Amino acid sequence: MSRAFRTISENNTLDKSKVINFTFNGDSFQGYEGDTLASALIANGVHLVGRSFKYHRPRGFLGVGVEEPNAMVQLHEGDKSEPNIMATEVEITEGLKAKSQNCWPSVKFDIGEVNNILKRFFPAGFYYKTFMWPKSFWMKVYEPIIRKAAGMGVAPIKPDPDRYEHNYEHCDVLVVGSGPSGLASALAAANNGARVILAEDKAHFGGSLLTDNVTIGNKSGKEWADETISYLKSLPNVIVKNRSQVFGYYDHNMTVMFERVSDHIHNPDQYMPRQRLHYIRAAEVIISTGSIERPLSFGNNDRPGIFLASAANEYMKVYGTLVGKKPIIFTNNDSAYKAAIEFHKNNIKSLIIDTRPSSDGELVKEAQSLGLVIKFNSGIADVKGRLKVTSAIVGKFNSDKESYASLEEFECDCICMSGGWTPTVHLSSQAGNKLKFDESLDAFVPNNKRQKETAVGAANGSFTLNQSLAEGFQVGFDLSNSITSNNKNTTVPTSNEASFQPHDKFWCMPLPKGKNPSRFIDFQNDVAVSDIELAFREGFRSIEHVKRYTTLGMAGDQGKTSNLNGLQHVSNIQKKIVPEVGHTTFRPPYTPVTIGTIVGREVGNHFQPSRKTPTHEWHVTNNVVFTNAGLWLRPRYYPRGSETMSDAVNREALNVRKNVGICDVTSLGKIDIKGPDAAELLNRVYTNAWMKLPVGKARYGVMLREDGMVFDDGTTTRLSENHFHMTTTTAQAANVLSHLEFYLQVVWPELKVNVLSTTEQWSGAAIAGPKSRDLMQKLFPKVDFSTENFPFMGLVETEFEGIHAKLYRISFSGELAYEVNVESNHGLFMWNEIMKAGEEFGIQPYGTEALATLRIEMGHVSGPELDGRAVPYDLGLQGMVSQKKDFIGKRSLEKDAFVNPLRQTLVGLVPVDKKTKIPEGAHLVENDKVSLPNPKLGHVSSSCWSVEYNNPFSIGVLKDGKNKIGQQLFAVYPLKDISIPVEVVSSHYVDPKGERVRV
Amino acid sequence: MLEIKCPYCGKRSQNEFAYGGDATVKRPNLGEEVSTKDWDDFVYYRDNPRGKHTEYWHHVSGCRQWFKASRDTATHEIFNTSSLEEEI
Repeated sequence: MSRAFRTISENNTLDKSKVINFTFNGDSFQGYEGDTLASALIANGVHLVGRSFKYHRPRGFLGVGVEEPNAMVQLHEGDKSEPNIMATEVEITEGLKAKSQNCWPSVKFDIGEVNNILKRFFPAGFYYKTFMWPKSFWMKVYEPIIRKAAGMGVAPIKPDPDRYEHNYEHCDVLVVGSGPSGLASALAAANNGARVILAEDKAHFGGSLLTDNVTIGNKSGKEWADETISYLKSLPNVIVKNRSQVFGYYDHNMTVMFERVSDHIHNPDQYMPRQRLHYIRAAEVIISTGSIERPLSFGNNDRPGIFLASAANEYMKVYGTLVGKKPIIFTNNDSAYKAAIEFHKNNIKSLIIDTRPSSDGELVKEAQSLGLVIKFNSGIADVKGRLKVTSAIVGKFNSDKESYASLEEFECDCICMSGGWTPTVHLSSQAGNKLKFDESLDAFVPNNKRQKETAVGAANGSFTLNQSLAEGFQVGFDLSNSITSNNKNTTVPTSNEASFQPHDKFWCMPLPKGKNPSRFIDFQNDVAVSDIELAFREGFRSIEHVKRYTTLGMAGDQGKTSNLNGLQHVSNIQKKIVPEVGHTTFRPPYTPVTIGTIVGREVGNHFQPSRKTPTHEWHVTNNVVFTNAGLWLRPRYYPRGSETMSDAVNREALNVRKNVGICDVTSLGKIDIKGPDAAELLNRVYTNAWMKLPVGKARYGVMLREDGMVFDDGTTTRLSENHFHMTTTTAQAANVLSHLEFYLQVVWPELKVNVLSTTEQWSGAAIAGPKSRDLMQKLFPKVDFSTENFPFMGLVETEFEGIHAKLYRISFSGELAYEVNVESNHGLFMWNEIMKAGEEFGIQPYGTEALATLRIEMGHVSGPELDGRAVPYDLGLQGMVSQKKDFIGKRSLEKDAFVNPLRQTLVGLVPVDKKTKIPEGAHLVENDKVSLPNPKLGHVSSSCWSVEYNNPFSIGVLKDGKNKIGQQLFAVYPLKDISIPVEVVSSHYVDPKGERVRV
Repeated sequence: MLEIKCPYCGKRSQNEFAYGGDATVKRPNLGEEVSTKDWDDFVYYRDNPRGKHTEYWHHVSGCRQWFKASRDTATHEIFNTSSLEEEI
């Protein structure tokens, strides 16, 4: 069976000594090494591959490479399964499993084909017109059905087991495509000493040289390509990549390439990546991406067995595969005759239908001399055969070409069509090149460069071999010489190919009289000629609107075979010329790229780095539950036994209030500030005064943005006259450093100050609770911890077993508290020593949840309150704002809105029933029964269970909050239908006078 | 992805840098009497030109220096970059 549709010639890329077994829809087949899934299936006589997107029409193969719109399959099984893969792009490997998609129960009998019968209910834009009533049907009936019907293949649910990589490359010249012009450019640039990367999308190099009967020098095109590639591979300044698609051209000459590293290898090595993404920054990019053949439009032109003529030719010459044995060649130009001549070499006679009145191109003459029947001035009106084409209805045109003089039926098993060629301008356009319309080609070509993109060969509209080679050599030399100045020119070899005549710009066949078969333009999205006409009748004029209304060119193939035909049809209807209509935007990726490749190695824990504190392992050993604070992993709580989270948090918080707790505060931002103007800098960035802060004392500071909003807060300590240690919140650490650098470098360069992040240099442990002083005294017996000698906000530098330690008496919990800072490499040792010494005082570690409870009870603001919408007044911090000096953001505080007494200010909230916890984010309203919109007075920012009073407690902001203390309001949460009566209290719920920190 | 020439480190990829806004805006001096309009112009109002734009960039994952760049907002072409002291 596998030999049934193979060519006589063995001069192709198959290795017939290597038979490969694979299955398609459960049936076993054989192919050879070098086959794609498409060529192997065609060789086995399989043409029905899938069902179309909208109408579920039977579909086969149209193309041979990235242009394929129809033959999409589901590959592999289980977690390696992959949907929507072009069968033309898959090289078969032993045991490969593939199946059809978008059909049920089978590709031969698909229930969804009912859509084809009901076609008149699914015209362009049907989704804007139908499913509109009854309204209640949308959610329950239409949407679930449409969701089920939408899409093509099925995505796997489990994580991707394969490995992907990213790679960064720089080069002088990147050459995209290894056809004649690409090889010529790469050769010229490499000989001239440039660092070159040559990228080829296919497995084999050579492009059109693999399929055309041409000579270069004294060699065949294929031989010249092979020799050139081996030579380039031998050069140290050249990287040659096959199976590599440059799919995106971004700003500043950044291109992105997708390499299929091991997809074609059976059982690749364990650590071999499956695919690789290359970021290539090239000084010059040569785009030699060739061209794509255009289909012709005629009745039922989507039936399996209808190919592009170039694809049929490539299947024969490269893959040794016959797409049929009774072919009809249907063309409006000379190039399709190549397929007829190649069929003839396999003793197969084609019938040729040519829309032109005549042609005296050399290929046409050769076909005539071979005795092939050519019907000029004719077209195919319709075809027969549902699952595979069986015959064509061929008509002779009347003189206006709008109808047929006569119709005749010819049997066939395949139709090879050609509607002319479209230069592949995608990368040029992505680079920003302003394309121009070339009348003779009837297509767009690159014109005005925006970046360093230079198109050569067919991608530049140069379709003869002579032109392609000359351009390639010239551009390769010129561009490389602008970089290397080596002046080493490469001689252009002579070349020879058959001459050809211009194509007929006629591609849309008239309908047979009294019949109305669909003439498809976009195969993948089922857009027919009639859909574009409908869009026009309904008032769509802009090509961008027609595209979106009809979905022309919006499928996975991005309209590679359909865009230009669609555009020309719009121009025809509007009686405009194509350049007036313009073209839609070409966007990356040129071909589909796997998500795995884009993600690369950045999966799971490698998605972003984890910052761990020096005591990380201790927390792990002690049953911690971590929370993410930016990149940091911070202990959240430490459950014991069967404790729930709230049990653990309450225990930890209560232990701080009653005994002593220890909290890892290493992640707080720390900035070392040094220089004669250090105090002056602090004076300008903080709202309060800093010039007179004594050495050895800390001060709490609040920073604003220029718009007056609170930016960050923290304590900063004066270590010596010109040396300060600033702390920031964990979240804003990096932003505060950038902020200081901006003002020092840009705004006040006269200040002599240096700032440096020391966050990771110090390991910090907060020791908080009434017994903290006793514990500290035990740890540091030489230090006098009396309030007289070591007051609140004091600093003492000392030693612990030879380790330098900075002790701060600062508190976030509101209890008597200290912070022990040692160099990071001693952090774990210090922590263990504190735990040992603290045992007799009942020390327990506490996490961020207990820390939150403690600070909420005290009314200390944190991230949820510093939300970028609060000025100091709102948070009760107006006492921190100096009236005597200027600072960042001060002028904004005078703005009318910011001095309005009705602003939302910080308050405490207790549920009236003393039981119901108030959800964070709940809105505060006066009356929960009024109809919406209910005027909002404020919102709840932070909630906790008060361990001091044993009831829920929240803080939040409330309009005119100071005058609402004692009032009853409602905290409402409409999403969950929650309404809680709450009493407004002071935000300083525990220890309102702040006596505990000073004992 | 843009390629930006840090005046201190040379050409690097955009992902090493942070954008810092219009470099022609001048902060009023500290302690200076500023009208509400002038202050609002400084804090809130920026031109949004199509074409050449002088702006600050911060080599945040590099040398941590702020510098100026002249960039075309439509094409992303960067005409030149300079240290803060130099005229751009």
